Amino acid sequence: MSIWEYANPVKFMRVSGAALPWIAAAAAICLPAGLVWGWMTPEDYKQGSTVKIMFLHVPAAMMAINIWVMMLAASLIWLIRRHHVSALAARAAAPIGAVMTLVALVTGAVWGQPMWGTWWEWDPRLTSFLILFLFYLGYMALWGAIENPDSAADLTGVLCLVGSVFALLSRYAVNFWNQGLHQGASLSIAPGERMSAVYKYPLYLCMLGFFLLFLTLLLVRTRTEIRRRRTAALLAREVRA
Amino acid sequence: MMIELGRYAVPVLTAWGISAVLIVGLIVQTLAASARARRALEEVERRG
Repeated sequence: MSIWEYANPVKFMRVSGAALPWIAAAAAICLPAGLVWGWMTPEDYKQGSTVKIMFLHVPAAMMAINIWVMMLAASLIWLIRRHHVSALAARAAAPIGAVMTLVALVTGAVWGQPMWGTWWEWDPRLTSFLILFLFYLGYMALWGAIENPDSAADLTGVLCLVGSVFALLSRYAVNFWNQGLHQGASLSIAPGERMSAVYKYPLYLCMLGFFLLFLTLLLVRTRTEIRRRRTAALLAREVRA
Repeated sequence: MMIELGRYAVPVLTAWGISAVLIVGLIVQTLAASARARRALEEVERRG
């Protein structure tokens, strides 16, 4: 069986409908558990209790970038293979990515004020994240502005390709430029401990919780987009009849 | 158990509060839009 069979809307609705309760239940367990665990962690010797902001900031920032990468993959599938479900999935993911980017920006600013002495700095990572947020808004606006769904999917797909530069830049900006305020990656597969296990494991659980929340919302929103498309098609048929 | 946030109570509570509003808002909007789309489709299918 080919993976492309799932790009069939009927098959997608059937499979996603069966998987959704399980994924939603896993998100409903992992996310609150991770956040409560993070909330209970002790004060950091440098950051004090502001370390608790990390359990929202890091997973939200991770999702902000990865959701755009997912949208890029879905847009490429649309542009190359013309599978409608992939275009609708990209559209469905955008508001989730925008909210995650906003959470990362706001929590970063609120953390930065007491730690860096400023809410905002035109630092490479912060700036590329702000541009990424603007790309999310532009992407959603473009979908809403074009009536023909296939044209909208084409143009937003191209916009997604362009925006990927900033998604990748926001991930690797701290490696390209050293003059920024933002520190390096909080977690890395490179040898050497960057973070105490007291913070690391609740952070892992929060990241898993955010990912499962995204997956749940993505499936619900993609199903909504498919239903809207079906409704529009039936209404158009009624008008023609 | 009460957590002592010390002198950073305001930024911590602000960050968590705003994040909670944004994430819960996203969930509520997603579910509301889903319910609306489902009702609209059922209505059109019933007619047809």
